[in-house]
Amino acid sequence: MVKNPERRTFVAWLGALLALPFAPRRALAQSEPVEAMLQKVTGGAAVQSGRVNLDIPVLAENGNSVSLKVSVDSPMSASDFVKSIHLYAEKNPRPNIANFYLNPRVGRAQISTRVRLAGTQRVLAVAALSDGSFWSGTAEVSVTNSSCYDGT
Amino acid sequence: MTPRILAGLFLAAWLGAMFPNAAAQQAVRPQPLKSGIEFAGAEVRALQQDDFANPGMLWVARGEKLWREPAGTESQSCASCHGDAKASMAGVATRYPLLDPGATRLVNLEGRIMQCREQRQHAAPLKYESEELLALTAYVRHQSRGMPVKVVIDGQSRSHFEAGRDLYYRRMGQMNLSCAQCHQQNWGKKLGPEIISQGHGNAYPIYRLEWQTVGSLHRRFRSCLSGVRAEMLPQGVPEYLDLELYLAWRSGELPIETPGVRR
Amino acid sequence: MTARIQMPKQATRGQVVEIRIAIQHPMETGFRRDDGGREIPKNVINKLICRYNGVEVFRAEMGSGVAANPYLDFFVVADASGELVFDWVDDNGMTGSERAPIVVTG
Repeated sequence: MVKNPERRTFVAWLGALLALPFAPRRALAQSEPVEAMLQKVTGGAAVQSGRVNLDIPVLAENGNSVSLKVSVDSPMSASDFVKSIHLYAEKNPRPNIANFYLNPRVGRAQISTRVRLAGTQRVLAVAALSDGSFWSGTAEVSVTNSSCYDGT
Repeated sequence: MTPRILAGLFLAAWLGAMFPNAAAQQAVRPQPLKSGIEFAGAEVRALQQDDFANPGMLWVARGEKLWREPAGTESQSCASCHGDAKASMAGVATRYPLLDPGATRLVNLEGRIMQCREQRQHAAPLKYESEELLALTAYVRHQSRGMPVKVVIDGQSRSHFEAGRDLYYRRMGQMNLSCAQCHQQNWGKKLGPEIISQGHGNAYPIYRLEWQTVGSLHRRFRSCLSGVRAEMLPQGVPEYLDLELYLAWRSGELPIETPGVRR
Repeated sequence: MTARIQMPKQATRGQVVEIRIAIQHPMETGFRRDDGGREIPKNVINKLICRYNGVEVFRAEMGSGVAANPYLDFFVVADASGELVFDWVDDNGMTGSERAPIVVTG
């Protein structure tokens, strides 16, 4: 090993330079933070964690299409039912993916669909019940990108 | 071992290292043969297995509608000549691409549909990668789902088969990679987060999650070419047709899966 | 817009039946650019309503976070013979509609 102090200083600077993170590709700015969107739904009421189940793969092969199933533990009777389910992807440029409006005629509070996820993030589902309460469930999804560039 | 024999062995090894593809210029199928769906994750597999959730089936449904739609100067539909596709088109896709007698260029299924459209229906030509051509191709190939491909590679087709094989083993692009290096020599291994498949064409046209739509095999060739930073030729060129013939032979007994789902 | 519905053709009264709908639509996010660098404008199916014998039973408001060629799977209580009608509209105002009959016994 060359014991050259000038060389070592140079290497140290080079190392420091390379250690700086490369400027990341700027993520698309979010339209509105999730908290503000939730406020509009809940009117400030507390959202309790539970009763809402998000069935979504832990690892998504492609963020363009990720299968998701959201279900709420509810009898869906005339006096006790889910009024709406709101889906959010916290890091998407438009976090509010979809809102579903239900009523007792639905019979089961379970919806499946396919969503777009802009990268690894947490997905949140909030259910508004007929008694005025709000419940939520979350799931973490890792999203991988294609290995090869596709210019078509 | 004499020094001469040693030198000879060294030379042979050096040549083998410098020109690895020289020995590989033979048509060989990967063993065991595996469809791309076997390399896909659970979600993609679930999508392909479910005939309703499979987004490619929307194109098959559109193709079924187009099959019965009158077109052209005599208002003839595909059904006017070919009747019920379930009967008349069963097994047809297994023979493509093929060489018409006296032709110098192979014709694949897309090409045949375009030909019928223009020359027999006297209708406006369909463009490659258009919604209509994708739908009709998916619909017709779907009628051969489950059947293995059986193409002719000898006689007049031999030169096309060999051209396709040579292209398969040719290094291309800034990355200087051949199809064989990924799909013949390294299938099953990881490239980034993805597992490399054997690169068969039996499921095409496919719904590709990356494209968010259905696309043709030639579009997939273009994707791969852009991946190795090679020049992308347009769909329908003879190079792609020859390669398609080679792939059709290479997929052996693998059944047609159209419409496939891939990531 | 090509659309497909999958649901049982018949059910017993009170049975909860599964409804599946798939619609061919790019659900253009508005974030993509074409080969010339121009923004491709946003166009997604933003609303889908399912009515059972004329009464709304299910409604979905969707954004660009729903994947292309949208797929929905939900449930409905079969209470009377008749028809389920599905209506949807995208940002460009294009509408689509499908209907499916159901026979309810018992």
